[in-house]
Amino acid sequence: MTRPLNELSIVEAARGLRAKEFSVRNLWDAVSSAAKERNPELNAYLELFDADEDAIRAAQERIDTEGDAAPLLCGIPVAMKDNILIRGKVASAASKILSTHRAVYDSTVTRKLKEAGALFVGRTNMDEFAMGSSTENSAYGPVKNPIDTSRVPGGSSGGSASAVAGHLAITGLGTDTGGSIRQPAAHTGLVGLKPTYGSVSRYGIIALGSSLDQVGPLAKSVADTKALHETLAGNDPMDATSIPSSDTYDVRPAGEKMVIGVPYHLLEEGLDEDLKACFAKTIDALTSRGHTVVDVSLPTSRYALPVYYVIQPAEASTNLARFDGMRYGVRVEGEGMLGDYLNSRTEGFGPEPTRRILLGTFVLSSGYIDAYYRKADAARSLLTKEYDEAFKTVDVIAFPTTPSPAFRFGEKSDPVSMYLEDIFTVTADLTGMPALSVPMGNVERDGVSLPTGIHFTAPKGAEEHLFRIGAEVTGETLY
Amino acid sequence: MATTDDVRKLAELARIEVPEDRLPKFAAEFDQILAYVGQLNELSVGKGEPLLPYENVMRKDTDPTPRGTWTEALVEQFPKKDGNSLSVKQIISHD
Repeated sequence: MTRPLNELSIVEAARGLRAKEFSVRNLWDAVSSAAKERNPELNAYLELFDADEDAIRAAQERIDTEGDAAPLLCGIPVAMKDNILIRGKVASAASKILSTHRAVYDSTVTRKLKEAGALFVGRTNMDEFAMGSSTENSAYGPVKNPIDTSRVPGGSSGGSASAVAGHLAITGLGTDTGGSIRQPAAHTGLVGLKPTYGSVSRYGIIALGSSLDQVGPLAKSVADTKALHETLAGNDPMDATSIPSSDTYDVRPAGEKMVIGVPYHLLEEGLDEDLKACFAKTIDALTSRGHTVVDVSLPTSRYALPVYYVIQPAEASTNLARFDGMRYGVRVEGEGMLGDYLNSRTEGFGPEPTRRILLGTFVLSSGYIDAYYRKADAARSLLTKEYDEAFKTVDVIAFPTTPSPAFRFGEKSDPVSMYLEDIFTVTADLTGMPALSVPMGNVERDGVSLPTGIHFTAPKGAEEHLFRIGAEVTGETLY
Repeated sequence: MATTDDVRKLAELARIEVPEDRLPKFAAEFDQILAYVGQLNELSVGKGEPLLPYENVMRKDTDPTPRGTWTEALVEQFPKKDGNSLSVKQIISHD
């Protein structure tokens, strides 16, 4: 094998491990040394973990004894976003207020990965408390896009995206509240999945917007995304929002040739021309392979981003109320107990969390809650109904993941222009539906070829539709 | 229009201080965001429009861990402690 081991996908690495072409140790060393070498430049990881010798040995033994029956993730080095708890490790959500916080327990996704024999390369950088679309909002400096280091990798899971795309990990975990897995996947040429709300446990995940947050994969292929998602999904009594089982939702089966809905009315303005051409080409390719493309109307979509920027800050301000410097994290002493709260929060939160806490406090305050929060909640229902209606006749809905390719640092300096990055992705979070971003071709910018992503949404519980159509785009054969 | 006083008041409610010199910028950004989300006013949705069909899911509070299982790990996280106790400032005055 001529390719460096750190560049392999999960499926390729798993095959090589079983064929004894290399050992778990070889794979770990390749990833770990690549990460040590390139992380100072990319700032993808906030911390690189030492080799866990016991875990490496156990994974190797398992592959040796169980062979193909061993979990696919066994011995695979994974990048973990800094808002996912790993017992004994710092989990800071890239915030100063949690810089000293060490997780006292494993999140459910961490436990599942450990049980599958996966290895953790380190904890990845992110926008503070997952608030952002460029990873410029980290309290520990921005993350660079490995494809063009003058550009952002997207966010908020920009650290995991940069780590996987730069081959500083075989695969990675992110969290998605408004697009935080899919948008960075699009900007770094990866596949990213935001699963059905409730399909993956959030126990042990630092919350941003509790009616929106989900954990999902950032991976090098659709097959890897599917493998990782299937490892993580499942009911968890520790998460009250966990759905009972994978067949909770009655999914209408899709035929071998799918019906793809495209809301063309959303693509009329604000879209980069080259990116639009990539989208048209991808849709044409799907049509030529026998899939049917129809125009769908989702009129409330144009209000999705305003709805999101009411609901998400409301939930964020509520969730972030718990960080007060009392029981864990950083305490900055002030005058009396109130002074301790004030100073800890003022020093601990960066500008974006502060902005969203204030916004959330405003939209929930007496006198404004009807005009903003309740209105947004009602619009959210309307949006969901439109999607449900559309899914009576189409199997998946497609549009570009982002309006333009990865932008340069500092390019989106006012909050609203940054928020507009999520204009296409937020609908899946608001409706709870699963969505996948898959690379759909590159556009040239200043002599650099930048990736773009096509975004598919499916009805709740229909991740399988996404994997199938995603594999059609990438030309993969799923096992 | 959000004034610097409005922002100061919200910050107070949220137990955060926005430095005086940053209040005007925050107020301006606030206006920009509110103008953007204000598009919602164009949308006519009935006031009693049903919310998403959520239901409460409870689990039995059973199988408690033996006393002390988590003590050491939790105490280690305390920013300030006195033995195994969390140390905070006095709230109720005896004067």
